[in-house]
Amino acid sequence: MPIDILMPALSPTMEEGKLAKWLKKEGDAIKSGDIIAEIETDKATMEVEAVDEGILAKILIADGTENVAVNTPIAVIATDGEDVKAAANGAAAPKPAPAAEKPAEPEAKAETPVADAPAVSAPATVPAQAKSYDASSEFPAGAEIVHMTIRDALRDAMAEEMRRDGDVFVMGEEVAEYQGAYKVTQGLLQEFGPKRVIDTPITEHGFAGIGVGAALTGLKPIVEFMTFNFAMQAIDQIINSAAKTLYMSGGQMGCSIVFRGPNGAAARVAAQHSHDYTAWYSNVPGLKVVIPYSASDAKGLLKSAIRDPNPIIFLENEILYGRSFDVPKGDDFLIPIGKAKVVRPGTDVTIVSFGIGMTYALGAAEALAKEGIEAEVIDLRTIRPMDIETVIASVQKTNRCVAVEEGFPQSGVTAEIGMRIMEAAFDYLDAPVARVTGKDVPMPYAANLEKLALPNIGEVIAAVKAVCYR
Amino acid sequence: MAVAARKTKAPAQSKAAAKGATKSNPAKSGADKPLSNMPVFSKEEELHAYHEMLLIRRFEEKAGQMYGMGLIGGFCHLYIGQEAVVVGMQMAAKEGDKVITGYRDHGHMLACGMESRGVMAELTGRRGGLSKGKGGSMHMFSREKHFYGGHGIVGAQVSLGTGLAFANWYRNDNTVSLTYFGDGAANQGQVYESFNMAQLWKLPVVFIIENNRYAMGTAVSRASAQTDFSKRGLSFGIPGEQVDGMDVRAVRDAAERAIEHARTGKGPYILEMQTYRYRGHSMSDPAKYRSKDEVQRMREEHDPIEQVRGRLTRDFKLGEDELKAIDAKVREVVNDAAEFATHDPEPDVSELWTDITLEKARA
Repeated sequence: MPIDILMPALSPTMEEGKLAKWLKKEGDAIKSGDIIAEIETDKATMEVEAVDEGILAKILIADGTENVAVNTPIAVIATDGEDVKAAANGAAAPKPAPAAEKPAEPEAKAETPVADAPAVSAPATVPAQAKSYDASSEFPAGAEIVHMTIRDALRDAMAEEMRRDGDVFVMGEEVAEYQGAYKVTQGLLQEFGPKRVIDTPITEHGFAGIGVGAALTGLKPIVEFMTFNFAMQAIDQIINSAAKTLYMSGGQMGCSIVFRGPNGAAARVAAQHSHDYTAWYSNVPGLKVVIPYSASDAKGLLKSAIRDPNPIIFLENEILYGRSFDVPKGDDFLIPIGKAKVVRPGTDVTIVSFGIGMTYALGAAEALAKEGIEAEVIDLRTIRPMDIETVIASVQKTNRCVAVEEGFPQSGVTAEIGMRIMEAAFDYLDAPVARVTGKDVPMPYAANLEKLALPNIGEVIAAVKAVCYR
Repeated sequence: MAVAARKTKAPAQSKAAAKGATKSNPAKSGADKPLSNMPVFSKEEELHAYHEMLLIRRFEEKAGQMYGMGLIGGFCHLYIGQEAVVVGMQMAAKEGDKVITGYRDHGHMLACGMESRGVMAELTGRRGGLSKGKGGSMHMFSREKHFYGGHGIVGAQVSLGTGLAFANWYRNDNTVSLTYFGDGAANQGQVYESFNMAQLWKLPVVFIIENNRYAMGTAVSRASAQTDFSKRGLSFGIPGEQVDGMDVRAVRDAAERAIEHARTGKGPYILEMQTYRYRGHSMSDPAKYRSKDEVQRMREEHDPIEQVRGRLTRDFKLGEDELKAIDAKVREVVNDAAEFATHDPEPDVSELWTDITLEKARA
C-alpha cells in the first residue's frame, strides 16, 4: 500500500508551517534518512528526513505552500514493487489526517497514522484569537497600522530602543548568532553587532548577576531567559540584588534592567518547562511585573520597560508569540506600565485576566454574549504595580467578578485580585469573587492530563454563570 | 604571563613561614638595596598605609564596642586583621576603578574614601547613614566613590562585580572592577560561571579572594577540595597568585600586576589574599573552632599594622611622638563618627515607603 508522508510538527507549539522546498522530485528513489524537503516554521527552517523507502510517487503540496496544517499528507511514496502511477492516482486529496499525537520534536519523521490505534486526546489548544479584541483606542491618531506577530513586535521594541539609547543591550542564551531560541531577537546581531547582542553560556545565575552589576553602573541590560523556568537559577540575583538594592542604598543605586522571556505553559513540555511565575515575582517590592497579551501591548510595554529606571520582569508566552495583532508604527508608541485596560465593555460581570489568560477571558465573553450575558473584560497588563482601581471601578458597575489565570491557585494573582476587591468593594459585590486557574498540580505531559490542568473557556463560562446565578 | 598559579611571597598561611614576616626584615633602611625581592614602600607610602589601616582597625574596634552597647543591631562583621588587603589593593587602584565586596565591608568603604560618619551612622541605623539607615552594616554604596556594596548573599557579589567589569568593557573606559570575596564564597557555583564569562569576554576584573581561613566556622580544609585558591581559575586560563595578605607591600605589589593585566585587556586575574580575621565571623560568634593560640600568634607575629609601624620606626626612624599624633588623629575621626552615629536621629518614618522604585531615571 502506498504510504502518505504527512506534514510533521517540528516544535511543541507548531500547528502549521510552510513547505519551503522539495529536495526530491516525483519519480526519485527515496531511502530512509534521505532529506526530502525543507519546512519553515515560525521559529526555523527544518529539514525533513524520510523514514519509509520507495519511489516518490506524487507530491501533494507544492513548493512554497504556506500554512500547511500538521498531519496533512504532503506526498505519497510507492513502496517496493508497487505501481508508481497507481499509487499517485490513488493519493488522497490533501486534508489533515485524523488527529493523532504529534510526532516529537525536533527530528521530523513522517509517519503513517495507524487507523486502529487507541484514541489519543488532542493537545490542549489555546483559544483562537478573540475577534472582539481591539486595542486601537490607545494608538496615536493617524498612525500607520501594521499587522504583526507578538514576536516581531517584541523584536521591534528592542531594536527601536537600542537605536535610541546606546546603553541598552541584550544578553542571553542564543540571542545573537542563533537569532533567538524563539526568534524574538532575530536580526538584532546583524544591526547592532556582538557588543550589544551577546550570546551567553548556559549559566543563568552568572549572567543575570552580570546584567545586574552592569545595570548598577547605569547601563540598561535586557536579559533574555530562554524561559522563565530557567530564571529559577538566577532568582537570587533578580530578587536580592536587582529588586532590593535601591532601597538598601537609600535610593542611590538604581537598577534599570529588563528580564524577559517566555513564561508559563507552552504545549506538552511537562512540569519543569511550564511554570507560570507571575505570582512569584509579583510578591516582591522593588520589581515591576509586566505581562502583555496583544502585540501592541507587547511592543508598547516592552519599550516602556526598557526606558523604566527599575528592574522589570517582562513575561511573554511561547504560544502567543505567533499571534498577530494590529500595531501602530512609530518609535514613540508607549503603553504605560501600571495601567490596566478594559478591552471589552460590559455590564453584567467583570472578567479580569492577563497574558494568555486573556484568551480564555475573551473567548468566554464572546460565548456569553450569545447567551445575553455582557461581560466587561479587563486586561491587567501589569501585575505589579497592580491597577486595581480599574478593576474596582468595573466591579462597582457589574457587582460580579471572575478572575482568570493559568498559574496555580494558592497565593496566585487571582487570589490577590479577590482580596483587593473584598477590601475595596465588598459592599458592591452581589456574589463572591470567583477564580479560574491552572490546577494545583505540576504540569503533566500526557495530552489529556495537560488539557485538564489548564483553564479553558468552559470553566470561565461556568464561573461567570455561577456568580451571575444563572 | 604563564597561566600557572604563582606561589610567591606568601608565608602567612604556612606554619614554617609563620615567623617569617617580622624576622626577615626584608627592606633595608632607605630601600636602596633590598635583601629580598619584597617590594619596598617609600616613607610616604608606609605612612599612608599605616593611617588607612589604623583607621579601619580603630573604626572596627569602636563598632564592636558600640554593638556591645546595643547601638548597632543585627549582623556586624568586623574586618580586624584583614586591613592590609583592601588598603594595599586601593594603593594600586586608580580613580574610577570600581569596588564591590560581601558583607564584611566596613574596611572597604573606608579605604574607598567613604565618610566614617556615614558608615558608622548606617551601622547605628540613623538618617545620616550612607543608606539613610535602610541598609545597615552589610549594605552601603557610593556611586561617587565607585563602591558598589555591601552584599549579603555569599558569592552574589562575584557575578555583580563581573557585571561591573562588563560595564567597563562596554564603555571602554579603561577602568577595572575589584571584586572581593572570601574563601567561603569561592566555593559557590556562580563564581565559576563568572570566571568563565570574565575570561571568555576578557573582562577587566580582579578577583580578590580574601582567604581568612574560615568560612564562618568552617576551616578551609574542611570545605574546599582545592585549598590553593589561586588555582581556582586555572581551568579557565585565569592566572592567579597567592599573596601574603598580612603584608600591605606584598598586596600592593600583586595588585599592580593584577590590575595592569586586567586594564590592558588581558582579562581577569585572581589574587588569593592569605589573611586572618581576629574576631569571630560576626559579633555573636565565640570562635570556638580555632585555638586562642592561633589567633594570638597571628596578632603577635603577622599583624599588618604592627609590621608597618615597625618599619616606620626602624627603617624610617619615625619617632613615637609622630606615630602617636597619627593615632590621635585617627581616634579623633573615629570618635567623631561614633558621636555622630549615636546622636543622629533615626530615619523619618516616611522613609519606610521611599526608594522602593524610582519614578524617573536618574539624570
